[in-house]
Amino acid sequence: MIAVWIAAGLVAIVLVYGVLLFNHLVSLRNRTDNGWSQIDVQLRRRYDLIPNLVETVKGYAAHERELFEHVAEARTSAIGAQGVGDQAQAENQITAGLRRLLAVAENYPELKANENFLALQEELTATESKIAYARQFYNDQVMRLNTLIQSFPSNLVASAFGFKPREFFEIDDPARGPVSVELS
Amino acid sequence: MYEQIAANKRRTIVLLLGAVVLLGGVGYVLGYLYQAGPAGLVIALAIAAFMMIGSYRYGDRVVLASARAREVTPEQQPRLHNVVEGLAIAAGVPKPRVYVVPEDAPNAFATGRDPQHSSIAVTQGLLDEMNRVELEGVIAHEMSHVLDRDILVGTIVATLVGAVVLISEFFMRSWMWGGFGGRRGNDRGGGAAEAAIFAIGLLLLILAPIFGQIIKFAVSRQREYLADAQGAMLTRYPPGLASALRKIAGHSSAMRSANNATAHLWLNQPSRIPGEQTSAMEKLFSTHPPIQDRIKRLEEM
Repeated sequence: MIAVWIAAGLVAIVLVYGVLLFNHLVSLRNRTDNGWSQIDVQLRRRYDLIPNLVETVKGYAAHERELFEHVAEARTSAIGAQGVGDQAQAENQITAGLRRLLAVAENYPELKANENFLALQEELTATESKIAYARQFYNDQVMRLNTLIQSFPSNLVASAFGFKPREFFEIDDPARGPVSVELS
Repeated sequence: MYEQIAANKRRTIVLLLGAVVLLGGVGYVLGYLYQAGPAGLVIALAIAAFMMIGSYRYGDRVVLASARAREVTPEQQPRLHNVVEGLAIAAGVPKPRVYVVPEDAPNAFATGRDPQHSSIAVTQGLLDEMNRVELEGVIAHEMSHVLDRDILVGTIVATLVGAVVLISEFFMRSWMWGGFGGRRGNDRGGGAAEAAIFAIGLLLLILAPIFGQIIKFAVSRQREYLADAQGAMLTRYPPGLASALRKIAGHSSAMRSANNATAHLWLNQPSRIPGEQTSAMEKLFSTHPPIQDRIKRLEEM
């Protein structure tokens, strides 16, 4: 009789532990999804800023046509990107293009004094750092989720319910210290 | 971090229970003195319940109002709003409301009961003097307080201590100015009431240092180091906050809206006396580790 009770107790403990692990996995997966949508919001914000910025710079530096086209192309390909890896690739293009655009702006004192340009620049700097922060949050969640999916015994629960490891959002960015697009 | 949140919940409960016992005790003694029996206790407990609910629900507003903080829109302060939003994303919490305090001394604090109801306030001096990286460091420190629920304990301490300070001043003044029935010399109850008020005032005066200890218990200095470290984890750039703290340390303006009830909430211990780091009374309520030590730890990260 006692043996039956002990067995039942053990089964109950295993079940409760399994449920806890499952819930932990679900909450991490949701946090990861939420992290990704945060990145998405900020990327979209940047897509919206680009045409305005290009227009403003055009007014002062019309002959940099090639650069404007490059940025516009990068933007189009980023909007159409599918999957985490592709998206990261396309975003790198945009970031590089914007860096060049702002570097060009440095040569035009009237442009640098333009109020509209200054506001756009603050928005862009802020959006860049929000992308970085959103990426940081997302990658932290992905790491925790992947660790849980791969380690024992949570991997048993994860594979039983089809939890898949996620891809990191990698950007080949120079070490993010002082935000490097800040001019002034 | 989860241990921090659990510890903060424990602290909050202990604090609130302590406040109930203290107020209940005072109510009981008062009721006894006025021969009102258990009515005093009942009234005191009702007041305690009222204060608890009030400090939980409206503590943040009281704290913000006492600092004379004004809410600002993204249009008024785009940089500040952007930095707050960025760090809220990094911490994975909703964006707190943003306030500015009209003071020249650079400083900041966070308040609220949970990350869903949180506010971050910075002084005008902070906005004027810090560059973006330093501002990010400061806001990241405050965001860590939001994340760890330090803000709930801090806000409740501020409102409870603030209420006790108010009550004690009220009693001391009513005794000194002879109001509160003291003038009615031929009233036989007057003498007893006067004595009771005097006793309570004296008691609260004696209790003041104990409150200092209570604040220290509730908001240990260790948490400031912890928020510094966690803030550095959010920005991934410890020199930002270190540089901000160095600027704050080098600044000598006083803060007019600083008081002992809210001192522990600020990024750095506010001082009411210009040029002097802390007065004797402020040392009693000293809630922050030495700023040089915090800078050193950040530089070693």
